[in-house]
Amino acid sequence: MFFLADFNVIRPDFGLLFWTSLIFILFWLLIGKFAFKPIAQALRKREDDIQGALDEAKAAREEMANLKAENEKILVQAREERASILKEAKEAKTQMISEAKEGAKVEANKILNSAKAEIENQKKQALSDIKNQVGIMALDIAEKVIKKDLKSDSNQQSFVESLVNDIKMN
Amino acid sequence: MGKKFILIKLVIVALLFGSSLAAQQHNHNHSGHNHDHSGHNHSGHNHDHSGHDHSGHNHDHSGHDHSGHNHGSHDHDSHGHHGPVCGVAHDHTFDAGNTALHHISDANVFSIGPLQIPLPCFLYAPGTGWDIFMSSKLKFDKIGHGDGGKAYNRYVLDGGAVRRVKDASFPMGDVAISGIVHQNDAYFVCHNNKLYETEAKSSADGGLFGGGITSFYDFSLTKNVTSMLIVTLLLSWLFLRVARRYRERDGMAPKGTQSFIETMFVFIQDEVAKPFLGAQYMKFLPFLMAIFFFILGLNLFGQIPFFGGSNVTGNLGVTMVLGILAFLVTNFNGNKHYWEHILWMPGVPAWVKTILTPVEILGIFIKPLTLMLRLFANITAGHMVIIIFVSLIFIFGDLGNNMGAGFGTAIASTLLTLFMMAIELLVAFIQAFAFCILTASYIGAAVEESHEPH
Repeated sequence: MFFLADFNVIRPDFGLLFWTSLIFILFWLLIGKFAFKPIAQALRKREDDIQGALDEAKAAREEMANLKAENEKILVQAREERASILKEAKEAKTQMISEAKEGAKVEANKILNSAKAEIENQKKQALSDIKNQVGIMALDIAEKVIKKDLKSDSNQQSFVESLVNDIKMN
Repeated sequence: MGKKFILIKLVIVALLFGSSLAAQQHNHNHSGHNHDHSGHNHSGHNHDHSGHDHSGHNHDHSGHDHSGHNHGSHDHDSHGHHGPVCGVAHDHTFDAGNTALHHISDANVFSIGPLQIPLPCFLYAPGTGWDIFMSSKLKFDKIGHGDGGKAYNRYVLDGGAVRRVKDASFPMGDVAISGIVHQNDAYFVCHNNKLYETEAKSSADGGLFGGGITSFYDFSLTKNVTSMLIVTLLLSWLFLRVARRYRERDGMAPKGTQSFIETMFVFIQDEVAKPFLGAQYMKFLPFLMAIFFFILGLNLFGQIPFFGGSNVTGNLGVTMVLGILAFLVTNFNGNKHYWEHILWMPGVPAWVKTILTPVEILGIFIKPLTLMLRLFANITAGHMVIIIFVSLIFIFGDLGNNMGAGFGTAIASTLLTLFMMAIELLVAFIQAFAFCILTASYIGAAVEESHEPH
């Protein structure tokens, strides 16, 4: 027989109780304070960071989506606006054209009318001038006729003819 | 989950324990000298047949002188029992049970293979006070079994463990001893051809498991304490390094040792601490982590072949401390809700309460007790099974007398041991985890706030 040993592991001896308590409690308190807690906190911080980053990314994505939708909306709006502006412009153009046409017509009529009136006036004036002239000439002729002796028919004839020519020239 | 498994393990331990005792008994009855039937030494008898005088019927058989025996002769034809004798033991029978028990025991030497390394001894005996020395002072062979060749202040080294001579008349100071003798349940040393019984250190089982208060207390850095120091220092270095890594690499992905430790750390944090303790997990995390890594480290350390083979977590003293601490942490943090449920369970009839309250109070103590026994039984059983598988080689090989059987068994035994060691590797993790998760559940029950109104 090499050894005589008994089942002494079931008998807790004071030395082992003392050392185990001391070593374990020191390990628990010191490593707990300087390693386990800091590690757990670092892990929690990292977890929070990762969660935060994920949330942020999600928020950013959502924002992007929102922005895109908004852009689309703005684009649609812009397109609509452009169409409406174009329509308005077209309308304005036609209106302006028709207005101009109308104006021109009115103006032309006015000019025409005033021209007509002028012509009428001129005509009236010319007629009155002619009447006056004719009167004067008739008086002249009458005066000449009266002044000159009506000696011969031929003379008379040529004389009347020259008078008439004078009138024609006027 | 583990209740049945643990019961089976306990049964295995009990069986091993029983069989080893039986083997021990058997061994003592048949092994050679130095045991109680070794007996009578007739060499020194002085048969005085003086005066061959036959006439006077005067046969003088006076002086059967027994005073001179115990001189190392090996006369076995004795007819009487006179207790153990001194001499150098050379016993060539092999006792697997004893070998196993020796290997799981604590010692005052640290064994690396057959090499025995002395450890510091802090011994206290009421009356003589403190004795502090290296165990090498007790003169054991560096390659051997740790049997001392010298006594110092009645302390001797027997199988690597310090024992003390019971007899107060034994000389103090340095005293040469000529041998160590074991008889059934007693341990002796030889000094001046006289046997002196020795006793083990005091233990705190109150005589329940065969221990009790003896003449001295051993506060030495034993093999177990040394292993504990090595493991906790290694763990401390590792965790402080990892903690520093977290500080330095703040906001970066883990790397190297950090990610290796993080796997286990996060596992315990997320699978044990958070589910059981909820929002309060940070408060108890250091305790749970300390429990887990302390037990795991020691379980694994004990499985390194030829290096100490320390059975630290398989020693009831160690698991007792852990159990008591779990008990204290649980009950010091118990809230009103917890104590109300133990002392006067709300919502049950009064007569049920009279039964329930004692059961609940018992439960407070049984919980840490099961923690203590589960870990102890599992680890001790594992160590013993491996040692016994290895011992099979020597049993069948008959200590080198039957090489064929020895080699044959060696092959089978190696495979079995390999298998067992793989299982024990698993057990090292499972038991650390079981202790940790059960402690967390006890603490969790103690700090849990009442959910449903009663």
